[in-house]
Amino acid sequence: MGFEMFLQHCFNALTLGSLYALIAIGYTMVYGILRLINFAHGDILMVGAYFIFFGTFAFGWPWGVAAILSILAAGLLGVLIDRVAYRPLRDAPRISALISAIAMSFFIESVAVVVFTGQPRPVQQPAWLTNAWQFGDLRVTHLAAFVPGITIILVCLLLYIVYRTKPGLAMRAISKDIETTRLLGVKVDNIIALTFGLGSALAAAAGIMWALRYPQVHPYMGVMPGLKAFIAAVFGGIGSIEGAVLGGLVIGFVEIMAVAFMPELSSYRDAFAFLILVLVLLVKPTGLLGEKIEEKI
Amino acid sequence: MLEIKDLYVRYGGIEAVQGVSMSIPHGSIVTLIGANGAGKSSIIRSVAGLNKTISGQIQFRRHVGDEPVSLMGLKPESMVLNGIALSPEGRRILPHLTVRENLALGAYSRSNKKEIEDDMEWVYSLFPRLKERSWQKGGTLSGGEQQMLAVGRALMSRPDLLMLDEPSLGLAPLLVKEIFAIIRKINEDGKTVLLVEQNAYAALSIANFAYILEVGRVVLSGPGRELLENPKVKEAYLGG
Repeated sequence: MGFEMFLQHCFNALTLGSLYALIAIGYTMVYGILRLINFAHGDILMVGAYFIFFGTFAFGWPWGVAAILSILAAGLLGVLIDRVAYRPLRDAPRISALISAIAMSFFIESVAVVVFTGQPRPVQQPAWLTNAWQFGDLRVTHLAAFVPGITIILVCLLLYIVYRTKPGLAMRAISKDIETTRLLGVKVDNIIALTFGLGSALAAAAGIMWALRYPQVHPYMGVMPGLKAFIAAVFGGIGSIEGAVLGGLVIGFVEIMAVAFMPELSSYRDAFAFLILVLVLLVKPTGLLGEKIEEKI
Repeated sequence: MLEIKDLYVRYGGIEAVQGVSMSIPHGSIVTLIGANGAGKSSIIRSVAGLNKTISGQIQFRRHVGDEPVSLMGLKPESMVLNGIALSPEGRRILPHLTVRENLALGAYSRSNKKEIEDDMEWVYSLFPRLKERSWQKGGTLSGGEQQMLAVGRALMSRPDLLMLDEPSLGLAPLLVKEIFAIIRKINEDGKTVLLVEQNAYAALSIANFAYILEVGRVVLSGPGRELLENPKVKEAYLGG
């Protein structure tokens, strides 16, 4: 493999890894606060992608406007999902909320099939993203710079909210001790809603960029990215935002590089992420940056 | 300030508190004394809105002359708005947040930054050691410092009624003395204090009034100094 080719793969991996990272953040934030795997999270990605598809294609809005509206709408959807599927189960055993999450995922997918039909629809890529810089044999599309760039901006924004604002302080507190945080006057349900909103907004941003990179939308497009991003969150140490970003990048690189260096295994592409999951669970279940979670007595 | 009438608290099939009535006047230090499982924490947690299966009456008057408001059925997050703060049993400081962040969280329901900053300085003046450690994570503090942080954090909501659940738990005698001196000072600064304690001697020494609980019932009550001299109390709680 030539050096240019290798760089080409690196760019691909960076793009894919960024998308996994954005999705993984939503899993990890919700888990950090509620110890719940939000299985409907991948489907938010799909909904976000459909929103942008309809915004640009059916309504003819400019990309930027459609993207911002899609992200906001998906954020609200995330809040709504928490309100109807998880909040009523807050005091129930954790397994009930988990089952509710699985049900929510199937529900959203099924509604999408009914409303949008199961037919994949092509997404028009704007020319300013498909253009490319040419460096010798190396061809870097603007998209390959755009995706990591937007990801960095969004992650910085999120870290600012979590580490520098009052609601962020409440989020970090809730993740350790929900009862005490409540005693101090924090309206915990609002903070949880905010967490779902932020995570869903990031998933929608990833969904939009996913639809630009693999230019089509369909009702099950969120399933595989959702699963792999979940693995990324586990690999990075579930509950840790930095871990989710790192995990997303690693999963992206492993997936791209494994296929690049072993093209004969390209049909097993999806298997690598799951192989990593098995290894992580066997060797270091807390993940790279995860803390050991002590059972509360 | 706080009137509890005929309070019952149930956990599953167990009645942890069986018809307790008590009264906490404005500006006083009232203590609740009893052994493990006597129901002390259940009472204080009921006032804080943490127990759901309770019956009876809990009425609160923030200032002298206010109309009493019932605290029954209120959520714990609304207690600080009423002027009630709890420093919970076992301190429950947030170990991954800095001392400063823990204190800021105590002021979460407030928005006036200047006042919050002033109160933080006040807490730092009560507990100078917290100021030295303000950028340290809560989990790295010693037990005594954590207790100071828990009390300071409760004060950050600017409460009129401060409830302390076993502030002496696990502390060396010298530290207990220090903490109790500060509790007295907080009371002199105008806060009413409801103090739950197993350390009867320390609590009775500073309390204006005390209730002694045994298996969910008040068995004795009176001014702190008087109970300190009471032979029954001496025998059961003060080691003869």
